[in-house]
Amino acid sequence: MHLILFLAFGAVCVAGAVNLLVQKHPINSALSLVVVMGSLAAEYLLLGAEFVAAVQVIVYAGAVMVLFVFVIMLLNAGEEEETKGSRVAMIFGIPGMLVGSLLIAWVLIEHSGNKSLAAGALPGPPKTIGWLLFHDYLLPFEVTSVLVLIAIMGAVVLAAAPASAGGRKD
Amino acid sequence: MVPVSYYLILSGILFACGVTGFLIKRNIITIFMSIELMLNGVNLSFVAFAAEWKALSGQVFVFFVMVVAAAEAAVGLAIIIAVYRTRETLNVDQVNLLKL
Repeated sequence: MHLILFLAFGAVCVAGAVNLLVQKHPINSALSLVVVMGSLAAEYLLLGAEFVAAVQVIVYAGAVMVLFVFVIMLLNAGEEEETKGSRVAMIFGIPGMLVGSLLIAWVLIEHSGNKSLAAGALPGPPKTIGWLLFHDYLLPFEVTSVLVLIAIMGAVVLAAAPASAGGRKD
Repeated sequence: MVPVSYYLILSGILFACGVTGFLIKRNIITIFMSIELMLNGVNLSFVAFAAEWKALSGQVFVFFVMVVAAAEAAVGLAIIIAVYRTRETLNVDQVNLLKL
């Protein structure tokens, strides 16, 4: 049952990732990325990482992707046009990806042993993770909060309308 | 029972798809989404290894990766808005000057 669920969500995940590459319009790519993130959350649940699955849905599939969709709609992004650069990248990128993923798969199969994971293998209730976060990883946690503060200020400064062009009429 | 290597292969496939999107896409927003895809692939391998070694630190690292990714998304999208405001284009081939 675990294997069947893993394969089902993994297939959805890979299909979403490939769809992200195939689609020409950014909004379609964004929605397939939401599918990838949702099925990854299911994979985390299969591993027993409930906290990570919840954060994945709330932060990634929720907040980050809403930001992406807002920006796509704000900039009225259309279909991407074919250029000389994109053809060159296509010729070298796709074989490169195939070689790269085959190499990764070969290394993993050869060297990762054959240890199996039962469903919910990870003993990680959110309580334990919270304890770890606020004891062993307290300093990184606080540094992260400073990072987020700086990111907020940077985003506001960068995205604010330039003062000289205030009231620009488009 | 699912071998750990299956999870790692899935994460490798996601990472490779992200790298390919980064290379073949010409829309700056889609390139940015490919970066998010790569981060997701790495997160899956973090959780798989955490489950293999029964170490919860892996999940804490995933939490940190997510926070950094969220901060990166906010700043990156603000940069994309600023670029669009000055160039009126999202095509990276046409964004080839540091100063306009």
